[in-house]
Amino acid sequence: MIRILARDLRLAVRAGGGFGLSLAFFLIVVVLVPFAIGPETARLSPIAPGVLWIGALLACLLSLDRVFALDREDGALDLLATAPVPLEGVALAKAAAHWLTTGLPLSLAAPFLAVLLGLPWPGHPWLCVSLLVGTPALSLIGTFGAGLTVGLKRGGLLLSLLVLPLYVPTLIFGADVARRGAEGLDLGAPLSLLGAVTAGCVALLPFATAAALRVNLR
Amino acid sequence: MSGLAARDLAVARGGVPLLAGLSFDVAPGSALVLTGRNGIGKTTLLRTLAGLQPPLVGEVTPGGDRIAYGAHADGMKGTLTVAENLAFWAKMHGAGDIAAALEAFQLSALRDRAAQHLSAGQRRRLGLARMLLTGRPIWLLDEPTVSLDRDSVLRFADAVRAHLGGGGIAVLASHVDLGIEAQVLELEAFRVRPGTVQGDVFAGEAVE
Repeated sequence: MIRILARDLRLAVRAGGGFGLSLAFFLIVVVLVPFAIGPETARLSPIAPGVLWIGALLACLLSLDRVFALDREDGALDLLATAPVPLEGVALAKAAAHWLTTGLPLSLAAPFLAVLLGLPWPGHPWLCVSLLVGTPALSLIGTFGAGLTVGLKRGGLLLSLLVLPLYVPTLIFGADVARRGAEGLDLGAPLSLLGAVTAGCVALLPFATAAALRVNLR
Repeated sequence: MSGLAARDLAVARGGVPLLAGLSFDVAPGSALVLTGRNGIGKTTLLRTLAGLQPPLVGEVTPGGDRIAYGAHADGMKGTLTVAENLAFWAKMHGAGDIAAALEAFQLSALRDRAAQHLSAGQRRRLGLARMLLTGRPIWLLDEPTVSLDRDSVLRFADAVRAHLGGGGIAVLASHVDLGIEAQVLELEAFRVRPGTVQGDVFAGEAVE
């Protein structure tokens, strides 16, 4: 599993791997918002947590169709399925690699981009925390969607349609943590619910992904 | 070590039954060559033997954990070097040293070359070198000699012979005579002809 993770990370940072693409997309979306809404802080700061979360969510989506599709095309998925490693482990390693190349950099960059949107001060660390806790769920759900659509040509759009509704709980709790953090309110409840969603995803989705892959390999 | 056995096997691709009534045994140390025209189901049969898809009916022994499958697509990443690709698969299968596999297919000089810059034949050799690293007794090879030159075909035949000599099994779907002593299974005889099949293939769980 660690090997698959290491290989995927290495592939991501090699030429054409797409590392940084999500981050650049996130940056551009966030920069575009003041152009559309107007530059006044009074208008921007209330919507900043929500905008940043939606931006992060869409940026996560961007690289999902590559999770299994490339391995499927070059036959590596067949070979991984026959290798002495459970498909559940492959699924978890793939999700972890996706998170390390998208979710983690997004989480770390978000507090800095939040400055552009005038997020009030105490919100920055909480935004980072909410993304760190929430984005693993996005990667896991997305990996599940990628497993479901791996056999399809042009599966990327279908993948987005499948995955986005499943992102709703994470988005609600994640944006709520960031908002409450910015307003200095108590955020224990949404943060623990966000953590619960992620923990549930870690526990269940690798199995669902592996089942989907087995069907799609036929 | 036991051999590879198929009992009353029927395989389907995309829900369409291709081959039925296949039974064969391959003893340790021997090879089986599958022949038949394009589309008859050689790849489908190999995938079924490899455990990548369930048979329509019948059974295959042993299961997938004794089997190494070498497909058309070799699973090698273009942006990784030859050595990195092989080292990944070696570690996945718990094998340590890739030097012997590199040597067997004359890849030592290319070890630091990115796989995307290899020629088709070199790339094929890389895919075949992976088989050596799996350490598994049963090799299933789908058109292994495509784009190999004469010299490489001979080297490949040597590798297969060495594998068989060590008690291994090889099942090859190939149109090229490798000069390996092998049973030949002509798949035409087991083809499912539309409309002419009765009985067990469609009776049971044939249509999903």
